[in-house]
Amino acid sequence: MKIVVCVKAVPDAAGGRRIDPSTKRLDRSGELTLSEFDAYAVEEALQLGEGGDGEVVAVTMGPAGAADALRKALAMGVDRAVHVCDDALAGSDLVGTARALAAVLERESPDLVLFGQQSADGGGACLWAAVAELLRRPAISQASELTVDGGSVTGKRQTEFGYDTIRAPLPAIVAVSDAINTPRYPSLKGIMGAKRKPQESLSSGDVGGAVAPATTVLELEPPPARGEARTIEDDGNAAKQIVEFLAEKRVL
Amino acid sequence: MSVRPADFPPPWSPAEALAAPVDAPDERIEVGVAIVGAGPAGLAAAIRLGQLMEEDPATAERLGEVPVAVLEKGKAPGSHLLSGAVVNPRGLQRLFRGRKRLDEMPFAGPVEAESVLFLTRRHAYRIPTPPTMVNHHNQIASLSRLGRWLAEEAEAAGATVLPETPAVSLLVDGGRVVGVRTGDRGRGRRGERLGNFEAGSDVTARVTILAEGTQGHLTGAALSAFGLEGENPQVWALAVKEVWRVPRPLTRVIHTMGWPLRPGRRYREFGGSFVYPLGEDMVTIGMVVGLDYRDTALSVHDLLQELKTHPRIRRILDGGERLQWGAKTIPEGGFVALPRRFHAPGLLLCGDGAGFVNVPALKGIHYAVESGRLAAEAAWRVFAPGASARSALRSYDEAVRESFIWSELREVRNMRQAFGRGFWLGGALAGAMTATKGRFPAGDLRTERDSEQTLITTRRASRYPAPDGKLTFDKLSSVFASGNRTRDDQPNHIRVQRRVPRQVAELWVNMCPAQVYEVDGLDGGRAGGGSGAVGSGGGGARAGALRVGGPSGGGARPGAGSGGAPAVGGGGAVGARSGAGAGGHGARPGGGSTRSAGAAASGAERGRGHGHAGGVGGGGDREEWVEVRVVPSNCVQCGAISARGGRLTPPEGGSGPEYTLT
Amino acid sequence: MAGTLVFLEHHDGALTKGSLGVLSKAAQLGGDVHGVVVGSGVRELAGAAGEHGASVLWAADEEGLAAPLPQPRVDVLARLVRDEGYEAVLFAQSVLAADVAAGFAARLGAGLNWDLVDLSADGVGVSPALADSVYVRVGWTGEPRIAVFRSGTFDPAPGGGGRAEVRDAPVELEDFSTLAEMVEQAHAEQQGPSIEDADVIVAGGRGLGGPEGFSLCEELARALGGAVGATRAVVDAGWYPYAAQVGQTGKTVSPKLYVALGISGAIQHKVGMQGSNVIVAVNKDRNAPIFEFADLGVVGDLHAIVPRLTELVRARRGS
Repeated sequence: MKIVVCVKAVPDAAGGRRIDPSTKRLDRSGELTLSEFDAYAVEEALQLGEGGDGEVVAVTMGPAGAADALRKALAMGVDRAVHVCDDALAGSDLVGTARALAAVLERESPDLVLFGQQSADGGGACLWAAVAELLRRPAISQASELTVDGGSVTGKRQTEFGYDTIRAPLPAIVAVSDAINTPRYPSLKGIMGAKRKPQESLSSGDVGGAVAPATTVLELEPPPARGEARTIEDDGNAAKQIVEFLAEKRVL
Repeated sequence: MSVRPADFPPPWSPAEALAAPVDAPDERIEVGVAIVGAGPAGLAAAIRLGQLMEEDPATAERLGEVPVAVLEKGKAPGSHLLSGAVVNPRGLQRLFRGRKRLDEMPFAGPVEAESVLFLTRRHAYRIPTPPTMVNHHNQIASLSRLGRWLAEEAEAAGATVLPETPAVSLLVDGGRVVGVRTGDRGRGRRGERLGNFEAGSDVTARVTILAEGTQGHLTGAALSAFGLEGENPQVWALAVKEVWRVPRPLTRVIHTMGWPLRPGRRYREFGGSFVYPLGEDMVTIGMVVGLDYRDTALSVHDLLQELKTHPRIRRILDGGERLQWGAKTIPEGGFVALPRRFHAPGLLLCGDGAGFVNVPALKGIHYAVESGRLAAEAAWRVFAPGASARSALRSYDEAVRESFIWSELREVRNMRQAFGRGFWLGGALAGAMTATKGRFPAGDLRTERDSEQTLITTRRASRYPAPDGKLTFDKLSSVFASGNRTRDDQPNHIRVQRRVPRQVAELWVNMCPAQVYEVDGLDGGRAGGGSGAVGSGGGGARAGALRVGGPSGGGARPGAGSGGAPAVGGGGAVGARSGAGAGGHGARPGGGSTRSAGAAASGAERGRGHGHAGGVGGGGDREEWVEVRVVPSNCVQCGAISARGGRLTPPEGGSGPEYTLT
Repeated sequence: MAGTLVFLEHHDGALTKGSLGVLSKAAQLGGDVHGVVVGSGVRELAGAAGEHGASVLWAADEEGLAAPLPQPRVDVLARLVRDEGYEAVLFAQSVLAADVAAGFAARLGAGLNWDLVDLSADGVGVSPALADSVYVRVGWTGEPRIAVFRSGTFDPAPGGGGRAEVRDAPVELEDFSTLAEMVEQAHAEQQGPSIEDADVIVAGGRGLGGPEGFSLCEELARALGGAVGATRAVVDAGWYPYAAQVGQTGKTVSPKLYVALGISGAIQHKVGMQGSNVIVAVNKDRNAPIFEFADLGVVGDLHAIVPRLTELVRARRGS
């Protein structure tokens, strides 16, 4: 079975995620690392691929520093990596990114495509759903359990109301949640062997060209002030005062 | 009855850090030269090796597929590097053979002016800069930043830098060091294997260069296993520092002495502070205190907070914002505490780990770089066709003894020890030493192990400022500012006895800048001193003649305490593998911890909340024993505990601080 | 015909609170607001839709659409938007809605802004970034403007609207849209929300005094319909499981209400919950740092206050 994992390289939380004031987008010029959420997808791909003969490929779209995310995936055990790297693609929005990834996926023609559930730096728009749409294949999201059987994949998906079990024929696109597994630490051998594994670089032209983003970032502003902090001493009536406060704030 | 931390040695022995290779040959990672530590020493070694490989590709081939591997326990090179720092660029200029200009190295700027101030609570008196501290031609730097850059240079030179990879034991086979074993990942609090458990690996190499920095874990094991200790035990200082963004540039390098340290001989408070500009808009400020201090109420972190309230210092930071905080120990024994040899079969020691620090000049980085460079050259000789490994490694010792490292350290060899006599007498002695370029005194002053100082307890803690979150800060928010986000359910990497006399517990609670130790009845942040019973302890009796104290039996084993590491001899396999081994797992609050009556609640709880109170505890019966809790995930791996009765061992790779500006 | 289309979700026979909130907001922004609902037996929801501001409720009502799968919904939406030309299509965040919105955006090649906490009539959205430490104003370059709003941003505001006019939405499904099938649909007994989804969290720290103290948290959480959280210190001490840990090395949460009991408020904890809408803290130490950022801080004995509070909350909620 051939599995492709789509990963994203994000600024490391410790290094300081900041917004670049000139572009008003997340500053991606510094150190980038594999998004924590994507590690679950890589792990799942490796587990599903274990013992079989097939390959696991990691794909990312991002600036040169994104190669780090690929290296980590390779160190974990992924066989091959593809890096879509082109300045023309910087600032791509959801649809633009989905188009580029879909182009790579069409090229690779995998049985299963995995995503992590959200990007560690930018909140949660569902790239997988957009990619599935463009590939015209079924998608399952928020999978906390996954099995592949014959020609189909079955996922247990977490929703607000409990768990759904959904089945789809391969090829399919699945986004896995962080409840699905515990990502392995790359072994030292894996880390050192990573640079010898095949890595391919693609430009914008290889993936159908860039598309002007359909969304814009206008400006930044500080968050609304919290409001006054009020502290009171309990004179026996604290419970009542709390309830009144909660009602006033309309949370009760 | 006088209490000394050395009487409560940690449940650990250097033998735990020695092991025989266990991995099957195809599992092992074979490299040419294994370097432990991506600090200035280790990276200089890697860079020099890269140069030698480029000049002589035929010999380079003999190093194999992975010629040079640098193992770093921090998240990235620089994550665990902390210093002032004012750097003598000589080491780096020699390393790069003049092919890099100073302005191509990531310095924050040259030292343009400097002052040395003697502080009292309210005033600052400029004193002439002692000759050993003149910094003309020197550069200011963030060591963390420098380390990141050196790592890039090392990789460009062909080295493989492996972050998040601690070396937990020295692989010894047939009496020779054959490499190191890396740490396991994915163990739980009780040492159990978690879902993503990954065992460490044997990394084998013909030459292993230990560049672990202060309190080197494997260095300590090697010193005892190979009988390398010198005549005097090593001693350390603890440095706690912050980096601030400031609205007005600081135009000079400042060192201070005096307040808030106490000059009296019984306190043994040796140290001072530094304030350096880091470019136009940042300043770094730090407090350094020798770990032979005696007062259990002393907290270097809080002394730093106190220092910032001095009008002269506050002025510099006004309107600014704290960006980062960190802590690390510095070896201070100098020349007389150096190991008697810097090599063993298959092994070389460099940098701070070997003790190459010039205390009066506050310099060690250029020695680290130079020693790394020399170690690389010696290691290289091992690979020359027909070489004798023994004489190749021995050439390192010879080179070190002929280098400026040796001559400079020798010149200032007694300075630190003199200050064991107190500031005034010490200052006078130091002056005499400088004037005579080290010819006076003729002999060598001895050092005493830090953990052997008897403890006293005063009300010092009641004077620490309450953290205001703007100028002064509590320990927990400082740990946060170090970038530490270690996972909570790791095995406990700190080895201490868990039931100790209250005084020892107080010492640890206050000493640790990261609030790792907690005792019921003592507020986590600042404990001790509340009872006002100013202790006796009898330490003063040790002073006497110029020889301030004899070395204890067993020589300079850094903090090992329990002694008796098995010698490494003929048959090879030694000792237990380190790992989730001896004692001290978990941080369950014991049942049965005794409380001294009333001391808990009665302490003067000024300040705010948990971790802030001044002067709690220390009351009542100092003979009383208490249970010590350990919060290992706070640890920033400064190493202070190793100097005072415990032992820091390397936690899981990637843990601890993530320094970038220190 | 221009105007706004709101994607409405339903569960157990009623429109979800999130959907109604977004619908109310759309109505408040003005213009013609229509809703679309997909499922089986959904025409009945027209009443609620109308009450909250929809003049028309498009219903794709078919047995085969009962399972809450995203791709058929993309088909319905895409056809509707192409036929009717809506300027804006709004969604309340949910697992399903997020999938639908993204698939829909790809189908039309349209712009999607998500995690919004506000939207103006002239098409400017507001989205928090970097753990809510900065707010970003965002826009769209074309139409339809697709917006996904953060959970719980808007409260349903029933206005005076009568029943919405029900129209049948055309249902033409792509063949790949029906490849995924629902094998078993969620019907789990509500154990209470998970900590990440909870609107209310009652968290306990050292001040609880011991693991038994957590029963106070649990009772109050139950009364408020929320989840229980814990600080690192008490998880370390074994008083509560790690899954409930809030903070730098635990979970980051931003519920509408965060009740901190016996928690000092060290920064390692604060960074995990500072985005909460309303923070109430009870601690007997008046110098605890938490009082600097709690909206209401109560200095007192939580063992005395919390049981009483729980009683009053139960009475108020009538449960």
